[in-house]
Formats: sequence, C-alpha cells, structure tokens
Amino acid sequence: MSAEGAAAQTVRITYREAMRQAIREALIRDPRVFLMGEDVGRYGGCFAVSRGLLEEFGPERIRDTPLSESAFVGAGIGAAMGGMRPIVEIMTVNFSLLALDQILNNAATILHMSGGQFNIPLVIRMTTGAGRQLAAQHSHSLEGWYAHIPGIKILTPATLEDARGMLWTALEDPDPVLIFEHGGLYNTEGELAADAGAVEIDHAAVRRAGSDVSLIAYGGTLGKALRAAEELAAGGIDAEVLDLRTLRPLDTESILASVTRTHRAVIIDEGWRSGSIAAEVSARIMEGAFYELDAPVARVCSAEVPMPYPRHLEEAALPQAATVVQTVRAMVGKRD
Amino acid sequence: MTPTPQAASSNHPQPAGEHSLTALRQMILIRRFEEKCAELYNAGKIHGFVHLYIGEEAIAVGVIAQLQPEDAIVATYREHGHALVRGVPATAVMAEMYGKQEGCSRGRGGSMHLFDAATRFYGGNAIVGGGLPLAVGLALADKMAGRARVTACFFGEGAVAEGEFHECLNLSALWKLPVLFCCENNLYAMGTALRRSESETDLCLKASSYEMPAWPVDGMDVEACQDAARRALTAVRGGGGPLFLEFRTYRFRAHSMFDPQLYREKQEVEEWKKRDPILTFGARLREAGLLDDNVLKSIEDDVAAEIDRSVEFAEAGTWEPVEELTRFVYSERTRP
Ligand SMILES: Cc1ncc(C[n+]2csc(CCOP(=O)(O)OP(=O)(O)O)c2C)c(N)n1
Repeated sequence: MSAEGAAAQTVRITYREAMRQAIREALIRDPRVFLMGEDVGRYGGCFAVSRGLLEEFGPERIRDTPLSESAFVGAGIGAAMGGMRPIVEIMTVNFSLLALDQILNNAATILHMSGGQFNIPLVIRMTTGAGRQLAAQHSHSLEGWYAHIPGIKILTPATLEDARGMLWTALEDPDPVLIFEHGGLYNTEGELAADAGAVEIDHAAVRRAGSDVSLIAYGGTLGKALRAAEELAAGGIDAEVLDLRTLRPLDTESILASVTRTHRAVIIDEGWRSGSIAAEVSARIMEGAFYELDAPVARVCSAEVPMPYPRHLEEAALPQAATVVQTVRAMVGKRD
Repeated sequence: MTPTPQAASSNHPQPAGEHSLTALRQMILIRRFEEKCAELYNAGKIHGFVHLYIGEEAIAVGVIAQLQPEDAIVATYREHGHALVRGVPATAVMAEMYGKQEGCSRGRGGSMHLFDAATRFYGGNAIVGGGLPLAVGLALADKMAGRARVTACFFGEGAVAEGEFHECLNLSALWKLPVLFCCENNLYAMGTALRRSESETDLCLKASSYEMPAWPVDGMDVEACQDAARRALTAVRGGGGPLFLEFRTYRFRAHSMFDPQLYREKQEVEEWKKRDPILTFGARLREAGLLDDNVLKSIEDDVAAEIDRSVEFAEAGTWEPVEELTRFVYSERTRP
C-alpha cells in the first residue's frame, strides 16, 4: 500500500480507545514509561481507559496504587527525577486536590527552585468536568486553576486526534504536563487516521473557520461551541471556533489572530467565571486586540455554584450551546 | 499490641425479643430499600453513582442504634443504610435519590450526599477519607464545649491508605477526642483488595499504633456489632479519647451500580453470602423462638409499605426551580 493510501485510511474509534492506544504506544516505545494510579490495573481504570493493559504489560508497569493521591503523585515526581517517565492517573480532578501540595509545591517548583538542576518529566492524567449527575465532589472543572501555576503545562484534548496524540508529546516534554480528559468525551466516537500519532501541543487550532465571531472553547466545551456555530450559521452568522487545546502556556497569538479576523469573541468555559481561564483569555484579548473589537468580549461559563445532582439544575449550571447562541445573537444584534 | 476483647460471634447470649426484631427490621429495611434503588436506577429514576450497602447492614444497624440523639454521624457515599437507621425518613432519602427538593439535601446531593441536621447526620462524603477530619472537628467542638457527645465516623478500609486517616487518628488520640472510628472493612476498595494496597493488613494494629484501643468485630453479625459499639461508646464517653472498631464485612454487589467485578471470584462472593447478616440473625432468632414465618412476613410487609410510601413521596416530589440554583452558595442571613 502506498504511503498516501495509508494516510487516507481511517478507523472508527472512541475517545477512550484513542487514549488507551496512546498509553499503549508509549509503553511499547519507551521502557521508562509506566502507568500508575488507583484501579488502573485489575479494575481496568475507573473510566475503563486502561482495560487490558495490565494483562499486556504486567503489574510492574501498570501499577495499582493504594488510595493515597499525595503519595503516588509525589512518587511520580520522584520517579521522574530518578529517570523514569511515569504516567500518573488521578481518577478525577476533585481527588487531585489531595495531591495539590505535590503538584504545586514540588512538581511545579523544583526545576526553578533548584536553579535548573532537576527537571521533572512527569505526565499526570485526570478526568474533569460535569454532565453525568455526579454532584459536587466529582464534577468540577479545575483545569483553569491549574493553568494558574507556572512550571507545569496544561493540556485539554477535545478531539480524537488530540486524545491519541497529546500523550506522547507530553511524555517527551522535560517538564510536568497535566492532561485533563473531560468525562463526557470518553464515549464520543468518530473517524481517526489509522496512522494517527503524536501531535504538537503548542498551538490552539481553528476547528471551524468563520468571519463574524470567535467562539473560543476547549475540552468539554468544544463540542458545544461547534453545535452553537452550526445553529448560528443557519441564522446567517458565521462563527469561527477556536480550540485552545493547551491552557498553559496559552497560545495568545492564535487567540488574537482569530479575534482580529472576526472582531468579536465569546469564551466558553466549564470552569466558574470568576478567576477562570475564560477571564485570562478575555484579559489577553483586551491587552492585545482591544482596538479590533466591535463588541465587548463575552463569557459563557458555569454558574458559580457547587455542581448540583439533579439533571435540570446541572444543565442550568453548565454552559450550553443555546446560551452561546443567545449570547452571540445579542452581540451581533441579529435576532430571529 | 492493643487490648482486643474478643468480639467473636460464637457465644451469643439469648437475643432479647423486641430489641432484636427492631434490629432485624432495620436490616431488612436497608436491604429492601436498596434493592428498590437498584430497580429505580435501571428504570432511569435515579442517576449518577449509587453505592449499595447490601451485605454490610449489620454494622450501621448495630452501631447507630447505640448512639444517643445528640451524638453525631459522619459517613461516606455508601450511606443510605446509616441515614435510614439514624432516623432520616425513608421518604426524604428516596426523594434525595430522585433529586427532588423534598429530599434530605434538597435534591442537590443525591445518593452520595445525604445530610440531615435534625439527626446530626453530617453527610455522605464522596471523597475517600474526606469525612475523618470533619469527625475530629465535631468531636473537638464537643470536647471544648464540655458536651458529653460522641461522633461516630464511618469509612471503608480504602481510606486507611490516605494520609488523612493517619493524621486524624493521631490528632484525635493526641487530644483525646470523643470519636468512634468505624472502619467498614469489606476487603475491596473498588477493585483493589486490601492485601494489594496495604503492607500491613492488620488495621487494628495500625490504629493502635496511635495509642487508641482498636478492636476487630464480626461485621456480619449484628449482635457482635451492637456489643462492640456499646462497650466502645462507654469507653469513649468516659473521656478516654477515640476508639477504633474494624468491622469485617463484605459487599455483595458491585462497587457502584455497574462494575464487571473483574477483581474477585464469584465463588468468594457466594461464600460470603452464606454469612448474610439478615439470614444468619434471622436463623438465630428462630432458634430462640422469637421469629417465625408470620412475624417475618409482617416485618417484610411493613418494610414494603414503608418503601412504597417513600417511592410515592419521591414520585410526587417536585424539582427545585432553576431560579434557586444559586441559593445557599452563601448563607442567607435575611430572607424576606
Ligand atoms: C480521594 C478519593 N480518591 C478516589 C476516589 C474514588 N473512589 C470512590 S470509592 C473508592 C473505593 C473506596 O473503598 P473503601 O474506602 O474501602 O470503601 P468502600 O467503597 O469499599 O465502601 C474509590 C477509589 C474518591 N472518591 N476519593
């Protein structure tokens, strides 16, 4: 088969499976790579991402840990400093708070604090986000918080390509990289190039070109932004959808370039509005593209409440495509 | 080593009539209530995560009945049984499972977050180990205020691996706080067997290293649980500081509603089911002449009626208006 033919071939795959293939490939390619976390082995991963890997790679490299987030994240930091390439899985972002001390006070600081002597090539993966009626201790989106911290990188794969391709690049990075997988994405299914592999992690990506407004989203909100764009298109508004992909470092250039094309921006973020990554993006637009704007920047974020359990309140608390559509219509002054 | 009075299940004194039937009824109530919850989950009435206590009923029934109304309880996400035995009405618990505003947490918490101020039920907590510090603080407040109350803190053996467990046992022992630590050791934390997560699997040995009495209890035997709790509460109320009870038990169902249970053998589950606390206690009551088919039938009928009422109540319940989404993020000091 020609190289061209191979590239054109696609496979139908879920986000979960793309992630599993990425982990599997990393384990095969680099003997220093291992996966550790709660229930990643026998149980198959709490979201079934690592199912089957224990059987293939054994308990040395697929390590079930006790319930001790601070200990095993810290151990990941130590192992990374000791020459390994750990992938640490934390079940959900809410539990990562038990390891926040290790992430912030060690992983993010040691390189700088040691005068550049010790880098930490660690990858931490965790699930984030709401939408599954898991209430206030299992549903938050704290990646924006983590993006506040210098010394780490924050990736938010929203597409199959990124689920498949970001991990390897993260592992090659000399510094700690946190990957946030939105829980609502695991079952999304689509076509992925059969030879899909590593992707770059430095740039935002335009997922839909448009000229009237920039919808800036990431992770779990990308799908909502794309749906909103479709609906807006039906009403004659041409929205561009920018997927941030990486929350730290933010690709300011792509954000400003998009706003310079469209002159309007709506940021869609599942985090709480106050002090959010949406606030940061908005500030950068003010700083770098203020005179390009035809309207104030708008934000569609989660309501400032702990996530409630019942579906109708959870939906009311989350950013929705319909809210994005309304916001844009109000902004461009078109209604139907 | 720790003084460990034998809390074995062998030589039972004669069960006392009415008291024993109450305990039997409470266990049956929990069992049937949760079976109903599973049914309602499959019918799409209940959502999110639901962790059944089936198999472990003897512990909540044995311990909580020994508490005084002014004592406090802190529990985990596997807390339906604790709430019911404590006297949170089945109607309010079921409405909470539905997410209706008549629920004990206004519908906002769901299965994992049952709260009830009236019975000093300080919550289901869905962060493993998250409740222990709260219990220590409640007990600290009691001690500082000179109140002779006890806080009973329930948690699974998985929590023993968390740092908070060790920090809390130490602090409460150091300050001689009135906490009764009730560790429900069902051998598995999700898919992780105790022996695969602890270097030392003798939990009483760990607890006693913090200078507190620690006793193993047959958690499948409601009388053993009652007896241990009674003696433990006397000791804690006496001002001697905290006490640790390890209840050896087993969950008959999946960790949450669904899990393929790859981590344990069917045979093992069947073996434990032979020690079903309801069946074994029922048999003992029959031997003592306190239970016959008629009495059992009247208990079952009575429980069934109570559960029917709870389902009717939940069905008739109402959704909290979306306008109230942001209520109680902060306290309402003055409300018109
Ligand atoms: C800090 C934290 N880490 C991980 C989880 C995910 N989780 C929920 S329950 C559970 C197992 C806990 O087992 P155990 O403490 O033995 O209680 P059991 O479920 O057996 O009653 C895990 C890992 C969590 N809720 N909180």
